Amino acid sequence: MSDLLRLATAGSVDDGKSTLVGRLLYDTKSVLADQIDAVTRASVDKGLATPDLSLLVDGLRAEREQGITIDVAYRYFATPKRSFVLADTPGHVQYTRNTVSGASTAQLVILLVDARKGVIEQTRRHAAVMALLGVPKLVLAVNKIDLVDDAEAVFAQIVAEFTELTGKLGWAAEDIVEIPVSALHGDNIASRSENTPFYDGPSLIEHLESVPVDADSTGRHQVGLRFPVQYVIRPRTAEYPDYRGYAGQVAAGVVSKGDEVVVLPSGIRTTVERIDTADGELPSAQPGRSVTLLLTDDVDISRGDTIVAAADAPEPIDAFDATCCWLGDKPLRPGARLLLKHGTRTTQAIVGALIERFDEQNLAADPNPESLALNDIGRISVRVAEPIAADDYRVNRYTGSFLLIDPAGGNTLAAGLVGDVLTSVEVGS
Amino acid sequence: MTSTVTETQFDTLAALESEAIHIFREVAGEFERPVILFSGGKDSTVLLHLALKAFWPAPLPFSLLHVDTGHNLDEVLAFRDHVVEKYGLRLHVASVEEYLADGRLTERPDGIRNPLQTVPLLDAITENRFDAVFGGGRRDEERSRAKERIFSLRDAFGRWDPKRQRPELWNLYNGRHAPGEHVRVFPLSNWTELDIWRYIARENVELATIYYAHERPVYQRDGMWMTPGSWGGPREDEELVVKSVRYRTVGDGSTTGAILSDAATNDDILAEVAASRLTERGATRGDDRVSEAAMEDRKREGYF
Repeated sequence: MSDLLRLATAGSVDDGKSTLVGRLLYDTKSVLADQIDAVTRASVDKGLATPDLSLLVDGLRAEREQGITIDVAYRYFATPKRSFVLADTPGHVQYTRNTVSGASTAQLVILLVDARKGVIEQTRRHAAVMALLGVPKLVLAVNKIDLVDDAEAVFAQIVAEFTELTGKLGWAAEDIVEIPVSALHGDNIASRSENTPFYDGPSLIEHLESVPVDADSTGRHQVGLRFPVQYVIRPRTAEYPDYRGYAGQVAAGVVSKGDEVVVLPSGIRTTVERIDTADGELPSAQPGRSVTLLLTDDVDISRGDTIVAAADAPEPIDAFDATCCWLGDKPLRPGARLLLKHGTRTTQAIVGALIERFDEQNLAADPNPESLALNDIGRISVRVAEPIAADDYRVNRYTGSFLLIDPAGGNTLAAGLVGDVLTSVEVGS
Repeated sequence: MTSTVTETQFDTLAALESEAIHIFREVAGEFERPVILFSGGKDSTVLLHLALKAFWPAPLPFSLLHVDTGHNLDEVLAFRDHVVEKYGLRLHVASVEEYLADGRLTERPDGIRNPLQTVPLLDAITENRFDAVFGGGRRDEERSRAKERIFSLRDAFGRWDPKRQRPELWNLYNGRHAPGEHVRVFPLSNWTELDIWRYIARENVELATIYYAHERPVYQRDGMWMTPGSWGGPREDEELVVKSVRYRTVGDGSTTGAILSDAATNDDILAEVAASRLTERGATRGDDRVSEAAMEDRKREGYF
C-alpha cells in the first residue's frame, strides 16, 4: 500500500470545509503551538468564543476578511500510517476552476454537505466534475450532523440521494463512503463518535489511512509504457563523451530494461538499453518515477516525443473529440486558435465545433452551443498541428489530459480530456 | 507488455524526489535562462541537490543567484562558496549592502534586511534576463505560501497577484510568459520540513554547519538566541553567553535566531523536528511574527 495519499476537499460555501481541514490538521497534531496561538489571537480579535480552526487554512488577506476560501490551499499532514497532501478547494461557483485544479491530481475527494441542506446543486456539480476528472475514490462527509434533530433519518436520506447521484455518474458503490461528522466538534473525524450511534462505519481519518490507492487507482497501469521525453541529456564531458539519455517521468505502464519500444510520432522501433538515475541503474521503473532512458539505437528523439511500449502503442492523433472545462474569462467560440499542451508537447490547435454543453444542474447535453463560458463543461472537437500520442482520458488520466492556452496572454484557458478520436474536424466560421 | 519486475522502493520521499526532478526538467525544456535562488540554507541546498540529480551525468544547466543581505553568518558564506567550487557552478550575487552604500536602499529603523532583498532580487532578474527563478519555498511553511502554484507567474514589476493565479492541472505546467515577466518555480512545494530532514539524512546531503549543534556566544532577545555581528550585538541589559545551539533556518542575522539544541547529527535533528511544538518560522524568524499577512504582503511585492 502506498504511504502517500493525494486528496482534495470540495463543497459549497459555508459547509465548513476549512473547518474540516483545520480539524484534520489539529487532530493529527500537524498544527504546532505557535500556529494555534496565532489562530487563538486572531479568533479573539474577531470576537469569537472558541478558536476558529478555519483560520489555520484561509491564508490570504481577502479570505480572512471575507471569511471564505478563494484559492486552492495545499496542506500537509501525516499519521503513523500515511502522509497526506490535501488540496483544500473553494466552494464559490466562480472559483470552480480552482476546484478542478485541486481535484485533477487527487486520488480521493472529500465532498462536504451541510446536514441541514442535504444534496444541493453545488454537490451535484462537484460530483459531476469529480466523475469527469476520474477521481477514483469519494467520501461524502455529512457535516454539522449535530445540528439536525433526527440525525439518523437525515443521514439515511442524504446517503440515499447521494448513492443515486453517484451511481448515475458511474461510480462503483465500493469506491464511495458516507460519514456523518461534526468538523466543529470533531465527531467521527479522528475517532468514532458516541453522538452518532446509528453509524457503525470508520472515522474519517481511519478511512483515509486504510483506503486502497495503489497505482491502479490512478489508471496508470491500464495501458503499456507511456514516457513523454522532457529533455535530452548530453553531457559531452571527458567522462561521458557519448552519453545520450532521454529524461522523463513514467506517465503510464512500467518500463524495464530490454523492453521493445516505439518512439512517437516518428514510429521508430528500438530497445531500452538502460534505465538510469543519479543513484545508479534500475531494472524497471513504475509510473511517477523520473528516470533517464538509454536506447540501443541512435535515433532522432527530442522534447515532445513519447516513448511507448511496442506491444501497446497508441496511434498518434491530430483530430479528436474532447471534454473540456472552460477556465477562461472570455468565452470559447468555434474556430478559436489556441495552443495545446499535452505531455511535454505544446502545439497549435484549432477548436472546431462546440458539440454540446452540459447543463450544470442536471448534466443534460445542450447541443451546438454558441460558446462555452467560464466554468462551463462541454464537448468540443479539436485539431492540432503536430500529432499527439494520447490515450482516452477514461483509460489514463496523465496521457489523456491536456491544457488549452491563450497564445497571446499565455493564460491557461481550459482543462481538456481526450475523448473519442475523430477522423476530421470542421473548422467553424 | 512488460513483465512484472520487483520495483525498488518508491515511497513518499522517492515520489517527492521524482516530482521535483520532473519540474526541473520541464523548466530546462521550456525556458531560456533559468536560475536557482541559493541562500546556503537547507531548502536551497536540497533544491540544488535535486537539480544536480535531475541532469546527471550532465553539468547543471543553470546558474545560482544569492541575494546577500550583508547580515550572513560567516559559516553560511563559506558553505556557499564551497558548494560553488565543489560542483563548478556559476554564482551571481545581488548585494543589499551595495544598494545601501549608494543610496538605492535605506536601512530600516529596526535594522532588519530581509524585506530589503526584494529590489536587488528583481534588479538581478531583470539585468540577467532570467525567465525562470527556482525557489526553495514550501507550502507547509506559511499560510500564503500554501496558496502558491508550482509555476507562479510574476509580472514585469515582479509582483504576485494571488487572485489571478493560473489554474494548475495534473502535472502539466504552463510556463508561458511575456517578455519582461518571469516565472517563479517551486519544486519543493509539496515537501514538509520533516520530509526535507528525512531526505537530507537519507541522501547524506552536506549542509552548512550552523544547522548542527555547536557552541556559540549568543544573547537572548524576544525569546530567541541571537549571534552578535555587523548587525549589532547585545544591548546593556542583554548578556553574551556561550550555549550549545543550532539554527533551524538561514536568514538575516539581525532577526534570525538559533535554538538551544544538542542535536549534532541528522538523526538527532529528525527526532528534534518531529517532537518540536513550534514551526521553524515561528520559532526563529522575528520578521514573520510582525503581522497576520507579513509574508503575503512581501510576496505581492516580489519577495521570494
